Amino acid sequence: MKITFDWLKDHLKTNLKEKKLLEQLTNVGLEVEGVQNLSSDKEHFKVAKIIKTIKHPNADRLKICDVNVGDKQLKKVVCGAANAVEGLITVYAPPGSIIPKTKTKLVVAKIRGVTSYGMLCSESELNLSDESDGIIELSSGYKKIIGKSYFSKSKSNLIDLSITPNRPDCLGIRGIARDLAASGFGKLTDLKEKKIKSNIRQSLKVKIKKEKNQGCSIFGSCLITNLKNVESPQWLKDKLISIGQKPISAIVDITNYVMFDINRPLHAYDADKIEKGIIVRNSKTGEKFTALDNKNYKLEDGMCVISDHKGVLGLGGIIGGIRSGTELDTKNILLESAYFKPRSIRTTAKKLSLDTDAKFRFERGIDPLSIEDGLNKAAILIKEVCGGKISKIDIQKVETHKTKIVKFDINSFKKIAGFNISTKEIFKILEDLGFKFKKKKKFFELTVPSWRPDITQQVDIVEELVRIVGYDKIKIVDPIKERKKPTLNRSQKLFHFLQRSVASKGYLEVITWSFTDSNYNDYFRDSKKEIKIVNPISAELDVLRSSVFSNLIIYMSKNLDRGFKDLSIYEIGPTFIGSRPGEQNTVVCGLSSGKKSRLSWIEKERNVDVFDVKKDVVQTLIEAGYKSEEFFIDNETPNYYHPGKSGRLFLKKNAESVAAYFGEIHPNIIKKTDIKTESLVGFEIFLDNLKLPQTTLNNQKNKFNISDYQKSERDFAFIVNKDVNAQDLINAVSNVDQKLIRNIRVFDVYEGNNIPDNYKSIALSVTIQSTEKTLNDNDLENINKLIIKTVENKTGAKIRS
Amino acid sequence: MSDLKKIKDEFISKLKSKLNLSEVNQIKSDLFGKNGLVSSEFKKIGTIADTERKKFASELNVIKDELQGLINLKINEIENEEIKEKLQKEKIDITLPERPFVRGKIHPVSQTIDEISSIFSEIGFSVEEGPDVESEYNNFTALNTPDNHPARDMHDTFYLDDKKEKLLRTHTSPVQIRTMLKDKPPFKIIAPGRTYRSDSDQTHAPMFHQVEGLHIDKEINMGHLKGCLNYFIKEFFELDKIKMRFRPSHFPFTEPSAEVDIGYEMKDGKIVIGEGDQWLEILGCGMVHPNVLRNVKVDPTKFQGYAFGMGIDRLAMLKYGINDLRAFFDCDYRWLNHFGFDPLDVPTNYRGLSR
Repeated sequence: MKITFDWLKDHLKTNLKEKKLLEQLTNVGLEVEGVQNLSSDKEHFKVAKIIKTIKHPNADRLKICDVNVGDKQLKKVVCGAANAVEGLITVYAPPGSIIPKTKTKLVVAKIRGVTSYGMLCSESELNLSDESDGIIELSSGYKKIIGKSYFSKSKSNLIDLSITPNRPDCLGIRGIARDLAASGFGKLTDLKEKKIKSNIRQSLKVKIKKEKNQGCSIFGSCLITNLKNVESPQWLKDKLISIGQKPISAIVDITNYVMFDINRPLHAYDADKIEKGIIVRNSKTGEKFTALDNKNYKLEDGMCVISDHKGVLGLGGIIGGIRSGTELDTKNILLESAYFKPRSIRTTAKKLSLDTDAKFRFERGIDPLSIEDGLNKAAILIKEVCGGKISKIDIQKVETHKTKIVKFDINSFKKIAGFNISTKEIFKILEDLGFKFKKKKKFFELTVPSWRPDITQQVDIVEELVRIVGYDKIKIVDPIKERKKPTLNRSQKLFHFLQRSVASKGYLEVITWSFTDSNYNDYFRDSKKEIKIVNPISAELDVLRSSVFSNLIIYMSKNLDRGFKDLSIYEIGPTFIGSRPGEQNTVVCGLSSGKKSRLSWIEKERNVDVFDVKKDVVQTLIEAGYKSEEFFIDNETPNYYHPGKSGRLFLKKNAESVAAYFGEIHPNIIKKTDIKTESLVGFEIFLDNLKLPQTTLNNQKNKFNISDYQKSERDFAFIVNKDVNAQDLINAVSNVDQKLIRNIRVFDVYEGNNIPDNYKSIALSVTIQSTEKTLNDNDLENINKLIIKTVENKTGAKIRS
Repeated sequence: MSDLKKIKDEFISKLKSKLNLSEVNQIKSDLFGKNGLVSSEFKKIGTIADTERKKFASELNVIKDELQGLINLKINEIENEEIKEKLQKEKIDITLPERPFVRGKIHPVSQTIDEISSIFSEIGFSVEEGPDVESEYNNFTALNTPDNHPARDMHDTFYLDDKKEKLLRTHTSPVQIRTMLKDKPPFKIIAPGRTYRSDSDQTHAPMFHQVEGLHIDKEINMGHLKGCLNYFIKEFFELDKIKMRFRPSHFPFTEPSAEVDIGYEMKDGKIVIGEGDQWLEILGCGMVHPNVLRNVKVDPTKFQGYAFGMGIDRLAMLKYGINDLRAFFDCDYRWLNHFGFDPLDVPTNYRGLSR
């Protein structure tokens, strides 16, 4: 909402200065978004007339215009607008002026070899509208002021307010003035509005059809006959220009003026173009009409239209139609002032993607009791400017406005706001805002003003009071430092632990979108469902991610392109398995590229490999409190991993859900994504599948069992079939005697000379120690034999002699 | 007697010459071995006459101690010499680089979430979470933003179905709904997390982070709201003095509603938070609307309280001087390294938020 202090003063008597005004507007909840100084910047922009145009010798689309800017000499201006034709009256910006839209200072410049002295402006360049198609076309009435400033001499700045959606009343200057007056910033002037005095009947029949979901409940109108539509008087043009509106003709300007002034949208029809009478009804599927924005609209069933016997004239409360629009030669008009229901307006406008000043107001709720005020004010003004005769006002209604009553207990103010104000002050404010009140036994009955659709219950009254008194009056109550519940639950603690644990292993944490490119997602989707976003911001972000890898690969690739080689990145966040709330998993996903110890003088350079990520996964899980002795690992992994160089980890054998995957990324994906690195390995840890460690830190620490009896280490080398996993051997050994066997290490894996084809040798070092005694040679010999026998039986291995 | 003296003199002079370790060991065995010279003398003790014996034995012991001492001294000397020689050979260029290591970092958004949690933890808030995909009801309707409410225009929503029933949450406020439906009052929670709006330009990202706050109890009023946020802002920016302004605003789910601005000034092209006469909006808040409480079966005549929501990314930008929101999600290695935090720098109550 754009306003000026000058216009506000039509409704507000005040001696205060603009600086205070800006503060006060924000204090009452009408946030000042910006202040534009119109007078100094804009007085350079002059009304000018194009006298002659010739084609630019070096550019097909440019013209050289001779422009009368009020000086003796014509100015040469190069212009590219198609509508820059001889005789056009438009707006000229001289060198040195600053174009409002781009904030650039104009200089005398050569354009394709021809010097241009200034510029002819479009509406958008002057921030008047979004219209950038061609330069401004002014009516012939401006002939008289060629060379004068287009903008009014008003010293009042343009103040841009951000009006929250609950305050339609502040989409008119008077509503803003009322709030300011209630807060003590001046006094609201009395409206001494004249009323239409007429004995002529409104002869055009208006009917609101009674049907389900009728979007219009009241339709007020009057006829003005024998008028002469002209250009608006200067005061009115100045007023509209001062808030960034472009004057068009008296009838249109006056309806706009009334809308901005008292927030009462109106519409003027050329009465001669209406066939028989007005019918307000629901549209039928397929009905068409051309709106005032020159676009054709095809309507759906149930939109509120204003029609005559020939068809649709306009969309009620949103936009009028070309067929019944007023023009300069219009003689008779029907002036409409109606109430349209917010819900109906909003549904229709959304379906047709239409946004207009009227729609913006009606969808927020217009004062239903302002219908006659609007007609009176506009009709009398039109008569003053255009002449003609005004009919009586005709009002058609299908519903009557019900006055809202809200019960208000004075104590509720302190209860919510935390501080007290006097009853006198409370009622002064409410009165200033337009409330009426009646005292009942324990509470007051407040009649809500008809322009406040947002106020429905007691707390809304409290809000009004706190807002007007000022939020700075709210007294700070310092918080109490007391904790009754733990801040994080155990799974949140695990999240934080894993997050920092992975980072501590040299991974940089990244945060990427929860959505991704479906092409990349497909590489890592495995058998999961694709979840499409209906309205993605771009084709590259069209699905929710099934895995974090898709985004990690994309960004890893970008970093590799920046010239980095050995990178480890990770993300902890959601992946999606369905489109319903909760169908998501939290995953820690890491990706490493390139080499370890690249170009090191001291360590051997090698590619990152699956055992690097295995280490990261296993170490992280151990640090988080899981027992590595119980881990079970096999090689069943999703199809985006290298099938021979990847693993699946369960916290326990026969556990239901997978704790983690790790491995090399499938070579096909590396090829398809064209990622340039020597090696690419990754892991995924699934938080939701990690059962919380059964013991908390304090009961883990409680037992401290160590043995001081001598331990001995025995080495075994087994020859096994290639298919046998090291884990099989380890499991076999550890099952021999879980009390005595303390540790098992694989210290050598060998294939080749001395080993038959399809076999390999695995060497284990086993630590044996008792908690009860020192084992003698005999004990050790027995256990050695048992180890060999068990391993041979269970795995088909042979001890190497 | 002269035998003993002879042995002594001979070996002392031997031990004075330059010897290596095996030569010293040879001497040792010549003297004290099984048939060594000194050992043989000891064997004679039994054959010596009683009158002489005591004297002989004592003299022999003196010689033995003296020779043994000398031998030990010599061994020590030789060993020291060897270590000295070794040390001279073993000198390296210590300016050569250490073995390679890599450093991981925590993303500034994660660090900021931990900072926020730490601050609110101290005044009794606990952390709640909710899913990224939400129902239209939880995201809007339950929060007093019915269908066709103009406030919905402010949320450019990503939808997952044509009926617009499933969406990516546009704010963390649906966690309020979930929490209150799940438990009984009082409630005192914060809910940090990812939020989504179909909006993307220099200052907007299609995904960003918010933290929601909710405190519902019997007598929680706007003074508590102001106090809580006043405390948070000072703690978060680690400043004793910070200008803060509450001004009226509108959110469908709070009544009265407020926006909070903090004071700042520009110094050398950088934002300095705290003083100054410029205002910067940092969060929205208000008293939870009775309609919202009714929607979650909490009696608004018995319970009331406040809620707030703020942009985590924006807070991180202000605190750590990050200019570009988009960079948070660009994963540029250099940016992550510069703005990331060491994983050991965990913000806590007792050691503070930062070093």
